[in-house]
Amino acid sequence: MGCNAERVAEVLRAGGATVAEHKAELIELDRAIGDADHGENLDRGFAAVLTALDGGLPETPGAVLKVAATTLISKVGGAAGPLYGTAFLRAATKLGDASELDAAAVAAGLRAALDGVVARGKAEVGDATMVDALAPAVDAAERAQSDGGDPAAVLAAAADAAKEGADSTVPLTARKGRASYLGERSVGHADPGATSTALLLRAFAESAR
Amino acid sequence: MSGELVGLVVVSHSGRLAEGVAEVAAQMAPDVTVKPAGGLPDGGVGTDFEAVLAAVTEAATGAGAVVLYDLGSAQMTAEMAVESLPEPDAAVIVDAPLVEGAIAAAVSAQGGGDRAAVATAARAAAGRPEVADTAGAVEPGGEAESGGEAESGGAGARAEITLVNEVGLHARPAALLARSVADLDADVRVSLGDTDADAKSVFSLMSLTARKGDTVVVTATGAQAEDAVARVTALAERNFDE
Repeated sequence: MGCNAERVAEVLRAGGATVAEHKAELIELDRAIGDADHGENLDRGFAAVLTALDGGLPETPGAVLKVAATTLISKVGGAAGPLYGTAFLRAATKLGDASELDAAAVAAGLRAALDGVVARGKAEVGDATMVDALAPAVDAAERAQSDGGDPAAVLAAAADAAKEGADSTVPLTARKGRASYLGERSVGHADPGATSTALLLRAFAESAR
Repeated sequence: MSGELVGLVVVSHSGRLAEGVAEVAAQMAPDVTVKPAGGLPDGGVGTDFEAVLAAVTEAATGAGAVVLYDLGSAQMTAEMAVESLPEPDAAVIVDAPLVEGAIAAAVSAQGGGDRAAVATAARAAAGRPEVADTAGAVEPGGEAESGGEAESGGAGARAEITLVNEVGLHARPAALLARSVADLDADVRVSLGDTDADAKSVFSLMSLTARKGDTVVVTATGAQAEDAVARVTALAERNFDE
């Protein structure tokens, strides 16, 4: 079954709900190694995305993601704004005018999102950033798609890999963003961006089932 | 006037920080548009894409803009704003120390530098400015005389100037001096004792730490060497407009 604009909007709403639910946890993670604003910023951003979607549903999945992108860029205020904003914007561009997304489109959208995050933040796997969650997620999504998975299966594979990737940031020394100022003292903490990426992909996957 | 000059944008996580940096930079460059873009709309800490885009759009209306930022996400927000301009090439984002970079950029812009020159000035503000050791190359000032006297001959010109203004070659006078010769086809040096400075670089001049009562030597070579020395001498005679 393909995902139309309405389904994509539902998936985003689930993402917003999970961010609100885990806001305190994200704030705590960011307080340990950053500026404690990740949970607050992301929650504000997704709340604004949901408000924007309430105002009228765009016609295509790509257009829905573009609304999410521009809203996050405008409203988040921290690094998550440009990074998630670029991710959604690149995915939206990749999806073009398609009215329904199949598994291949979902995987391609995730790949475009990762490319955008890497281009914007210039982080690599191992820097303890959201790339550590998103990069393995995209690889897993592409494997699931080539194994014949549907969009929900593709997202589920991405979510599992993203969770593992986020957990893998715990022993890493942060090399990007505010946490990088801590150097080795950032070791022992999960990266907030990687964690929020994993939470979002989990919510997207469950909503798409 | 400002339409012909490169504008500056100071992007910071803090509104007060951006405004403070812009204030200090603008003092050195009265005709340059310096737009602060800091903090979130509610006054909180962060960078606001809409505010940054508005500031870059306004600053870039003339000869384009140079954008300075404080920390990581400010850079990303600035990049997105610049990419959103009708002509993204109109603005250059520079990795430079925020305060020193903004001041160096402002002085360069005031002197009519283009985007590349202003960006280079900002980047060059990192660390200590280069101060050449020219012991023996010029005679340190002998006869101290307010206003100084100029001599010229062939390829170069030279004058000794005793600083009588209160703060010596501190920030504002240094900026005035650098601006006064910025557009001339001449290599202009100012020396105090064994050290000399590039007269077109405000930080180089400030690094001389020339104080009230010190006598500095201005030397210039090049097609407009005499003009350069004359302008610096005139500026000193005006007491750096203090």
